[in-house]
Amino acid sequence: MSSQRSTSSNKITDDELTALILRLQTLLPQLDQSRHGRVSAAKVLNEICSYIRRLQNEVDGLSGRLSQCLDSMDLTGFDAEIVRDLLQQ
Amino acid sequence: MNNPHHLNPTSLKSRFTTRFLRALTKIRAQKPISSSSPTEIFRRYRRIKVAADKSMAYSVRSRRIWSRAMLWKLRSRSYRRQDPCSGRRSGKTNQAIMKKSSNENTTTRREDGVGFVEEADELRQLVPGGETMNLCNLLDETAHYIKCLTTQVQLFSPIGKG
Repeated sequence: MSSQRSTSSNKITDDELTALILRLQTLLPQLDQSRHGRVSAAKVLNEICSYIRRLQNEVDGLSGRLSQCLDSMDLTGFDAEIVRDLLQQ
Repeated sequence: MNNPHHLNPTSLKSRFTTRFLRALTKIRAQKPISSSSPTEIFRRYRRIKVAADKSMAYSVRSRRIWSRAMLWKLRSRSYRRQDPCSGRRSGKTNQAIMKKSSNENTTTRREDGVGFVEEADELRQLVPGGETMNLCNLLDETAHYIKCLTTQVQLFSPIGKG
């Protein structure tokens, strides 16, 4: 495999980098490409970090709520219902 | 859509659900809260959180760097509780994870020219195993990790409304 760069051919190309950043951008509804077009990589990563923190905090909060009402829940009944529900999405 | 690299929403969610519900049933059976002391509730909250992460990581298994890192972390937690001498073993596993993911691109040299070193470093703190990943892997793993996190959140909502 001929390499056009003097360094090893393992270096990530600009195109690959752009593609990866763009894919992350599509995961962010607030940076919707139809309205914002191209956003800087730094901003995308910034928003991604906030998004991850938000999700992790949400799981935290939900775990907390669940710990309080776990006794009063019918888990066996939920099993089939949840799976059915999710499979239909 | 048989791309093996894409998340298969059906099977991941159902694997995740089954494991998580099984774990919740166990947690509930461990100690019925007749006296809901704050300590008890806090302990339960910790167990539920670990169960959610475990279910997520075990459903993805070792197909991803982040899930391997999370599984290693979860396992070394329980090992440390039972046997303090197994710390050495965990260290070797960590090195294996690091070697696997940093074989390709260099981590920092390439980033110096593209202006998001700080943001990338911040991301490394958030994604399990991120510190050992090169930039390419980091961005790839992040996308998958976020998809799994949103799945994790979704699974709580029908339960929470119970």
